[in-house]
Amino acid sequence: MREIPEGFILPDFGDRKRSTTPTDRPGEATTGGYSGPRKLAIICSKGNLDMAYPGLIMGNAALSEGVEVHIFFTFWGLDIINKKTNDKLKFTMLGNTAMHMSDLGHLKPGLEHVSMPQIMGQLPGMTGVATRMMKKQMADLDIPEIPDFLDLMQASGAHMYACRLSFDMMKMIEADLHRGVEGVISAADFIEIIEGAQTIFV
Amino acid sequence: MPTNVLDGREFEVNDEGFFTSRDQWDEELAVKLAALVGLGEMSEAHWKVLRFLREDSAVTGVTPTLRRLQTAGGFDIHDLYQLFPGKPAKKMSYLAGLPKPVGCV
Repeated sequence: MREIPEGFILPDFGDRKRSTTPTDRPGEATTGGYSGPRKLAIICSKGNLDMAYPGLIMGNAALSEGVEVHIFFTFWGLDIINKKTNDKLKFTMLGNTAMHMSDLGHLKPGLEHVSMPQIMGQLPGMTGVATRMMKKQMADLDIPEIPDFLDLMQASGAHMYACRLSFDMMKMIEADLHRGVEGVISAADFIEIIEGAQTIFV
Repeated sequence: MPTNVLDGREFEVNDEGFFTSRDQWDEELAVKLAALVGLGEMSEAHWKVLRFLREDSAVTGVTPTLRRLQTAGGFDIHDLYQLFPGKPAKKMSYLAGLPKPVGCV
């Protein structure tokens, strides 16, 4: 690698040695004795469409930043990597008080910030409507659907695992797992793998 | 605005080091920058990516994200990670003389 000329500002691409080790810099958090590549651990525990995206988007961003990413799918989060369910994840208005529609602002200014009455979410077919609406909004932003997103994560080098306990509890079979999933592992296995990682729980 | 000098070539960058003016870039400079970021020889595959970034951003006004390279450019994500290891999106936009992409996916 060519030397950086005097006074040249090069963006940090993470592959040059820093002038000091992290522990030398005052005020910086350290992760105990771990010294290795930066790692991110994400635990996806929810199976609603709107809760599937945050973990995947965060993980994808970390991968493109050169961070080693490990994702553990547990409890309802297993639906994200189950091929029988992951193209049918749903979004419900129920229990979501932040449910408001930007389009309503066209009817009357201010209406876009008004939260929908919870009872509307109970109307038959409303979950389907809300799901279709969210899918369209994501597609407009070129965000992939969940199965495609998993392909993308796999191609980008994400390490993905299914939780052994939930897998057994839901009586899943390995053939139903997305091919990017490396294995069905225990919580303890995952904890071992993510030594030194920063952790996000979704 | 800081100015970088590389082998007598001057170009303006922001505080992070990314180009602020796409017109101050050319392919000759890209070869030299590639050596700085540790890419070594630039292959035809690298150039294909950089050319797409230049052309697409000239139309849209923003640096394409990796996702856009996949959907609009037809590139394979795994290949992009191999070609520009580490921080692919940032590295390729730097070598194309563009600001870093702002999109999330």
